[in-house]
Amino acid sequence: METESENSQSDPQLEIPATPAVKIFGVGNAGVSLLAALTTPEFSAAHLIAVNTDAASLAASVAPVKIQLENKLLRGLGTGGDPDRGRALAEEQFSTLKSACAGANIVFILAGLGGGAGSGISPVLAKAAREAGAVVLAFVTTPFECEGNRRELQAQQSLDQLKAAADGVICLPNQKAFRLIDENTSVCETFRVTGDLLVEGVRGVWQLFARPGLIQVHFADVCALVRDRHAENGFAFVEAGGPGRAREVVEKLQAHPLLDEGRVLAESEAVLVSLTGGKDLTMAEVNRVMELIKRQCGRAQIIMGAAIDAAFTGRLCVTVIAAKQNSSPKIATTRTETQGGVSANPSQRDAVMMRGTRTRRGNPKMVQPQLPLAIVSKGRFDKSEPTLHNGEDLDIPTFLRRGVPLN
Amino acid sequence: MFDDSNIIVGLEIGTSKICVVVGEQNADGGVNIIGLGQSRSRGVRKGAIINTEQVEEDLRAAVAEAEQMADVEIRSVYLGVSGGHVRGFNNRGHHPVVSADREISAEDVEDVLNNAKVRNLPPENMLIHFVRQHFLVDGHDGVTNPVGMLGSRLEVDMHIIHGNANQMQNAVRLVKGTQLAVNEIVFNGMAASLALLTGEQKELGALVIDIGGGTTEYVVHSDGVIRHAGVLAVGGDHVSNDLAYGLKVPLSRAEKLKIEHGSAIVTEAGKGQTISITNELGLELRRVNVEHLQRIMSLRLEEIFKLIAQELESVGLTDYLRAGVFLCGGGSRVPGIVTLAENTFQMKVALGNASTISGLSAALDQPEFATAIGLVKYGSLRSRRVRRPSIFRDTLKNVFGKVLSR
Repeated sequence: METESENSQSDPQLEIPATPAVKIFGVGNAGVSLLAALTTPEFSAAHLIAVNTDAASLAASVAPVKIQLENKLLRGLGTGGDPDRGRALAEEQFSTLKSACAGANIVFILAGLGGGAGSGISPVLAKAAREAGAVVLAFVTTPFECEGNRRELQAQQSLDQLKAAADGVICLPNQKAFRLIDENTSVCETFRVTGDLLVEGVRGVWQLFARPGLIQVHFADVCALVRDRHAENGFAFVEAGGPGRAREVVEKLQAHPLLDEGRVLAESEAVLVSLTGGKDLTMAEVNRVMELIKRQCGRAQIIMGAAIDAAFTGRLCVTVIAAKQNSSPKIATTRTETQGGVSANPSQRDAVMMRGTRTRRGNPKMVQPQLPLAIVSKGRFDKSEPTLHNGEDLDIPTFLRRGVPLN
Repeated sequence: MFDDSNIIVGLEIGTSKICVVVGEQNADGGVNIIGLGQSRSRGVRKGAIINTEQVEEDLRAAVAEAEQMADVEIRSVYLGVSGGHVRGFNNRGHHPVVSADREISAEDVEDVLNNAKVRNLPPENMLIHFVRQHFLVDGHDGVTNPVGMLGSRLEVDMHIIHGNANQMQNAVRLVKGTQLAVNEIVFNGMAASLALLTGEQKELGALVIDIGGGTTEYVVHSDGVIRHAGVLAVGGDHVSNDLAYGLKVPLSRAEKLKIEHGSAIVTEAGKGQTISITNELGLELRRVNVEHLQRIMSLRLEEIFKLIAQELESVGLTDYLRAGVFLCGGGSRVPGIVTLAENTFQMKVALGNASTISGLSAALDQPEFATAIGLVKYGSLRSRRVRRPSIFRDTLKNVFGKVLSR
């Protein structure tokens, strides 16, 4: 009986009921404090759960459910910025995490990567949630450049692990938020800005299935969008009111700093657009916004959803999530592997972390064959100093660089 | 037999050929081409000398041919230089006018010119040309001669062309090694533009593109001055190399295919056509698709034009080219290149001919010789400028001579 129910849950893309059960986990200090922004009535249908090693942070949290990962080695001092400790702890308490996820169809994980708890626990939590039968979408930030190499590296490692463990990861590099702030912004303010951005992302995705959709976006679409892509996602949330709202929204999108003046859209491989408006939202407006986004995006695959909310009468808000195709073959293979089997065997728990290295060893040819091509194609200019122009080697035949086929 | 001093020789050591042009300056300063010598260049790649011995040998052959044709002895040359290392940029010099009456004197002009030359170049680089553009007096642009004007601040715009010192010295040393003196080194692109453009075209604004074997030089004239100059280390050799790679034929065969069947645009007539490649006995080895050949060439040549167009766009000169684009160099012989350039630049394009000079029509009509002819023209302009004081001295001498003979 037990196994049956788990099987039926483990394929959530078919089994999601009309209103999916959503659990939002805030992991680590950053994640826990982000939860505070989600206590609005909008998110009343979601269960908020705070997970941390630091008792003080949990005590301050407003989340109804709190899980403190603790053992006596830590002496109540937290992980001390060491993700290995965080991971070890989470693995020790794997069953606790898994039972916390039980019953959820969708799990959101909010975390700030780079520290101990967020970086260490998030990947394990993602795996636990998947094993519990939920679809996992993680919203994470990576540290500012000034926070130093070590945190950067830890964040990157954790991000890779998270990508392998979760169904989708939406990553916001904090560094990008620098463009949103001016010289005089205080440190608290800056972190609040990046936090807000992440929450906006959660809200945008949340609205996709929490609101009655005119044009429904399935959670599977969202996961398909963020899966296997991205070193980072670009996302933007803009809102406008009044009669010219459609045009205004598009203008704001084009000028949005997180989208690099539309460059992110142009480079992205897939774009999710979610529109929310009041009952007075017209098809012409939807059409107008989509028309302009489509023109910007070029060859990207566009997934679009529109929802109606009475509270939005006279306003229009648009959430855009753009995914850049940036995945190396390594990540791609890792994904298919984890997708193939949701292993319930606890002895394979740490396999998530090991998979990256294992597949790299397994497929050494995947990165290799690029090399000889460049050498052959230079012909008589092989030995001469390359003619570089804007990073292009002009000695290589033009038709090769342009990829023009000669059949 | 003749006065040696009015013989002006231009020497271009190119990637595909070494070319010597002999000009004779007549009494009123005009120049007449009287001799021409050329030989295939084997020791140069992308405009840079890679085998000094071979270059020296080829150089001697070319010089001997020119000497024989012009029936003169060549003693000194104006040497053309090029290569991917040559760059041009604009610089502005400032000078406050300090005299009490605020009148700009000749010394002020000299000072401001010197100030404009002060510019940090990379240590390994050497200046080739300072080209004076316009003076500005108190911010008013377009002054060509400020001496005698009133003003408090004098500025001048200069176009500075510089290049890698070692590479250019290599060429100079090599020429000196053959017992020839080097009068001056001249940027090839500038020489070509001197040969092709009339004063009117320079005034209107024109772009000269010299597509050579290993390099492509471009120079923009507008308002009668050089506004921009540059070199791309890409040329006809690259076209051949692309063909050799794309059609899988040896380089020498690719070169031949380029000359015999090349086209800068993909033609309707070429579609589905094939050319047979035969060995020396006339047996067919394989067939080559004409459309592929044209496409490979077209892409490469179009890229060259596009890179130049981008560069001009970035310095904001595209709208100044009212006389259009002029092509020269061996690359301009490719059929259809004018159409291709017209499509890329979206303006009038013409094959340049050295109309500003008289003499052997065999030399003047060929686009490959534009640079070398331009070198002669440059030399004639320089020597005319230099000679002026000596004429003055001559007259003085005559006057004194007359006085003394009384």
